[in-house]
Amino acid sequence: MAIVVKIPTQLRAATGGAATADVEGDTVGEVLDALYEQFGELRERIADDGGLRRFVNVYIGGEDIRFLDGLETSVSDGDEITILPAVAGG
Amino acid sequence: MPPESLTCKECKTTYPLDARYVCERCFGPLEVTYASATGVDAEELRRRIQAGPHSLWRYRDFLPVEAPPRGANLPAGWTPLLRADRLAERLGLRELWIKNDAANPTHSFKDRVVAVALARARELGFEVIACASTGNLANAVAAHAAAAGLESYVFIPADLEEPKILATGIYGTHLVAVNGNYDDVNRLCTEVAGERDWAFVNVNMRPYYAEGSKTIAYEIAEQLGWSVPDRIVAPIASGSLFTKVARGFEEWIELGLVKGAVPTMNGAQATGCSPVSAAFAAGQVVCRPVKPDTIAKSLAIGNPADGPYALELARRTGGGIDDVSDDEIRSGIKLLAETTGIFTETAGGVTTAVLAKLAARGDIDPNERVVAVITGEGLKTIDCARGTFETYAIEPSFDAFEAQVPGSVAV
Repeated sequence: MAIVVKIPTQLRAATGGAATADVEGDTVGEVLDALYEQFGELRERIADDGGLRRFVNVYIGGEDIRFLDGLETSVSDGDEITILPAVAGG
Repeated sequence: MPPESLTCKECKTTYPLDARYVCERCFGPLEVTYASATGVDAEELRRRIQAGPHSLWRYRDFLPVEAPPRGANLPAGWTPLLRADRLAERLGLRELWIKNDAANPTHSFKDRVVAVALARARELGFEVIACASTGNLANAVAAHAAAAGLESYVFIPADLEEPKILATGIYGTHLVAVNGNYDDVNRLCTEVAGERDWAFVNVNMRPYYAEGSKTIAYEIAEQLGWSVPDRIVAPIASGSLFTKVARGFEEWIELGLVKGAVPTMNGAQATGCSPVSAAFAAGQVVCRPVKPDTIAKSLAIGNPADGPYALELARRTGGGIDDVSDDEIRSGIKLLAETTGIFTETAGGVTTAVLAKLAARGDIDPNERVVAVITGEGLKTIDCARGTFETYAIEPSFDAFEAQVPGSVAV
């Protein structure tokens, strides 16, 4: 599946300034792994042992993946995944 | 104690005091850190505070700005701390105080956090102020921006209570009603904040904004004659106010301005949006996000940014986090109104109902000095008062009065 991942400004130093990345994968976890392949530095910034750091939010089409199947959530061609800091608001 | 840097709460990386809120290394939240105080003369510091203005700027030494605002601004803070003997008696407590933060310029504690964020935003040269809001913040941002002559953008969930929408738009802000819940609004604003050079008070200015809530603790301590209460009951939405109130007491204890320990901290949530309370009960260290469904819209944050820190604080101080149903919230509003003369919004109903729950459960020692933090005004959620009392509808005659109104016959 061809997926577009939107990169937050805070992580663009690790993507050479790119605001989006085109990657392949069948689940959110696979998409993120493919993203880390492309930009190695991203892994240490947002990934934790076997998952995501606790202040990282990941959305598919605006829905938090924790309301879906987390990293196991399957994705479809053309889906847009957004990575955002979780520390805003309130 | 001048502010020194922004520091990541997780990995301790430091950053300059500009408009940022996320650690680029680990994505953790940033917090303002201050130069450590050495050789503080507590008596002199108390005198300086007492000689300050009747607003939160009397605590300027503990706030992350170079100087208090010189131009036009709304004076936030310095709200009443009222002894609530009748409510205490009803609950079987000995000493209970209400910190009434509805007595702020736009009738909620949000005036404090906005005052600080806006002052810092002006120092950093921003010309546009913005926020993601559950309502009270919307009122405060629109009003403070109007007072300061700055342009503002306010993003709210479209289904907010009408009084909060009206009391925002009137100030001449750009009001954006988003078709979604607060967490959707927050996600959108996090994206917008990355793409626009605006000061989002609770996104890129959040480290400064959050510091404003410490002034609630300073005021309580000062109003109690420079002492610390035994227990605080306060609402939790994002968890920012809850954790910063404790931080305020901590700072003053460290400086020797007050003696004692950080109060036992009790957090209050609505059952219809209780991610922090649920995590507390389950013994978890992080919160699982929820989709809010409660009348307490000002607390309806399903994905609370400071949830993990609120959990840690409640456990560390021997407190807790409880939640109450919508009916209990309505009863809480009525109980506070009937016993103190303070009409609070739904968030205050949550706080009062949790206070009542703690008292009924025997969690509060009768000898404790307890402070409940009432964060907002009842007129903003006026619908909750409907149907909670009886009105005697009569013809304009003395006979009708005597016939229909109980207690009206002279004895």
